[in-house]
Amino acid sequence: MPDSNTNILAVGVGGQGIILASEILTYALMNAGYDVKKSEVHGMSQRGGSVNTHIRFGKKVYSPVIKEGEVDILFAFEQLEALRYFGFLKPDAMVILNDHTVNPPSVSLGIDEYPRDVSQTIKKKFPNFHLVNGLALALKIGNARTANIVLLGVLSRHIRVEENFWIDAMSKVFPEKLIDINVEAFRLGRKEG
Amino acid sequence: MKELLSGNEAIARGAYECGVTVATGYPGTPSTEILENIAKYQGIYAEWSPNEKVALEVAAGASFGGARVLVAMKHVGINVAADPLFTLSYTGVKGGLVIITADDPELHSSQNEQDNRNYAKFAKIPMLEPSDSQEAKEFVKIAFEISEKYDTPVFVRTTTRISHSKSIVEIYEPQRSPVPLEIVKNPTKLVMLPANARKRHPIVEERLCRLKTFADKFSENKVEINNANLGIITSGVSYQYAKEVFPDYSYLKLGLTYPLPEKVIKEFAGKVKKLYVVEELDPYIEEQIKAMGINIVGKDIFPICGEFNPSIVEKVLSPSSKQGVKEDIPLKLPPRPPNMCPGCGYRGIFYIFNKLKLFVAGDIGCYTLGFLPPLSAIDTCVSMGGSIGHAMGLDKALGDAAVGKVIAVIGDSTFLHSGITSLLDIVYNRGSSTVVILDNQTTAMTGRQEHPGTGLTLKGETTKKVDLVELCKGLGVEHVRTVDPFDLQTVEETVKEEIFRKEPSVIISRAPCVLLKSQRTKPSKPFTVFDEKCNGCKACIKLGCPAIEWKNIKSVSKRDKLTSDNKKRKGIAVIDNMLCNGCGLCEQLCKFDAIGEINA
Ligand code: SF4
Ligand code: SF4
Repeated sequence: MPDSNTNILAVGVGGQGIILASEILTYALMNAGYDVKKSEVHGMSQRGGSVNTHIRFGKKVYSPVIKEGEVDILFAFEQLEALRYFGFLKPDAMVILNDHTVNPPSVSLGIDEYPRDVSQTIKKKFPNFHLVNGLALALKIGNARTANIVLLGVLSRHIRVEENFWIDAMSKVFPEKLIDINVEAFRLGRKEG
Repeated sequence: MKELLSGNEAIARGAYECGVTVATGYPGTPSTEILENIAKYQGIYAEWSPNEKVALEVAAGASFGGARVLVAMKHVGINVAADPLFTLSYTGVKGGLVIITADDPELHSSQNEQDNRNYAKFAKIPMLEPSDSQEAKEFVKIAFEISEKYDTPVFVRTTTRISHSKSIVEIYEPQRSPVPLEIVKNPTKLVMLPANARKRHPIVEERLCRLKTFADKFSENKVEINNANLGIITSGVSYQYAKEVFPDYSYLKLGLTYPLPEKVIKEFAGKVKKLYVVEELDPYIEEQIKAMGINIVGKDIFPICGEFNPSIVEKVLSPSSKQGVKEDIPLKLPPRPPNMCPGCGYRGIFYIFNKLKLFVAGDIGCYTLGFLPPLSAIDTCVSMGGSIGHAMGLDKALGDAAVGKVIAVIGDSTFLHSGITSLLDIVYNRGSSTVVILDNQTTAMTGRQEHPGTGLTLKGETTKKVDLVELCKGLGVEHVRTVDPFDLQTVEETVKEEIFRKEPSVIISRAPCVLLKSQRTKPSKPFTVFDEKCNGCKACIKLGCPAIEWKNIKSVSKRDKLTSDNKKRKGIAVIDNMLCNGCGLCEQLCKFDAIGEINA
């Protein structure tokens, strides 16, 4: 395709804060002057199901969804979900993976097995691979619920958008009293990830 | 100023900017956020109506008084509102009346995939189809202008992809509606007795002719001539998909898809060699274009079922094009369906239904998830409020063979939406079904909206709260009982007693949705499995609580294995204390006292 848009696919499990992180990312990109589109599905999928958000940015974006095989960055909040979207990645895609697992029902019931060595599998195929322990980092600043923002901080290192745009985006989505802790989480991810 | 808005937010903004003062609807994915966002604007009265028919009727009244009104619902909601809809097309409006139909190709969260563009043609109401958030906002404004100029309700159709994707929107200050608010009697226009309605029908037909002329001049039916070989006629999000993969083709992008601009289409067809229509779901545009005598290719090559995306459009129109490498997924991955939350009050009820092997007539809401294993406790799900009728029908058809075997479940919001009349039917027509109302005090599935049973309005004001017990009694149900769904034994006894009763009965299961912030007191202590006591019987696993996991003994950690001196168990249950809500259901199922509160 002759355009130079960037495609990010954020994936994980309902309840992990993916939609919120994607929201901030999208705002930051708009603040930085890009055309940007974001697409997600609500409703049933919020009840612990598989969730994905498409974010596309560049000079002019038409489709709100990414074409198969055109994902530049896979931003995965859960290991199994990262595997599920392999088919959407460019061969030289970057993968940012949260070191976390959530069992699907069939695994909890003891019917299926959770795939082993997910990070090794990914690394072999996509050498541009970053494994992050979002929860451990979030606990460093004392709030497990900021793990999604820590991960966003890690992602931010690979996107050409200045820090102040990210901070502005966060003040837009968080209520006043939660801004500081989330900015802290973001900076931690940006530094350590 | 620029804002990043979803299609739904943009529609709300559009309503605000063009002076809407009344907005109504019933929550339903993907339309829900429209009303939620409108409610935030001052100066707009916004309500969750009990159902879509009521929403449209309230809207009609407001419009007759001169207000600009927006009504929003999902595609199947239009079915509920269809009765007043078709006649509203005859009466026309005074203040502009715009109906949003949010369709759901791919059934991300719906029970069917109907294409509501057919309603436009059927009800003879114009229909606009935006293709991104900017257009969603603009088209609302245009819809109001058309509505008032042509004296007709107007549809704006979104699809899930438009409703829930965000893109950049230019926003402006609100304007006042140009229509005066006043009560003017006009019975020949508003009283649809046969004699009056008969006179209105030709007016509707004549209006359609004028709208056709308008369609040919309408600037949102956009022609882009590039490559003269290939032309695509399209609308809505399909335009974006096609444009993404074939930026150089020629396009006729239809902003108005009912009525179609015949002259423009013919002209466009004359300028390109080969003509395609790219549209999701039904061959709606295609059939009308073919009826104009134009040769066009559509559903011969494109799928009728499901949602499009750029890959589908590319593969179909240019099969030889280089597609992205589709990597093989390395393993067969377990699916991850949605599940009821840990601590949800429905789980125990479904557990008992499953245990008693009942045929469960189900309905629309979170509890439909009770269909999934291991609960596997929903046997029908067709439409809002349908469960009660299904149970009644089964009882009447099977007679004694159904006694003690059939039960209906329905949520509080669904019951108030359209379950009341069916319960009345059971009473009136001497039925004997048992109906369980799962009262979680909210409309949970769509994101916890208020309803007539919650004591709060969409605007957040306190209001009268309907009393479900009194309501059922008022309908004539003599046996109305209330249970705590976390008390499994009582639930089981109550259900067993009521299903054999030869009279109508209602069991109200009361427990707030665990996601209701207002109900959350301090978090309850999570439960845990004492692994030395766990015998691996899997009883608690049958609840399907996401917080409980079965672990094969080989995979448990050394520390756990050390304590496993007893029996030849194959595995143990483990509770994730980050997820556990402390509801205590699993404790009631464990015969070995292996589950209890942490630190107990
Ligand atoms: S959202 Fe509420 S009602 Fe729905 S599954 Fe979760 S707890 Fe139950
Ligand atoms: S107490 Fe048991 S059933 Fe209830 S949420 Fe916790 S693990 Fe699930």
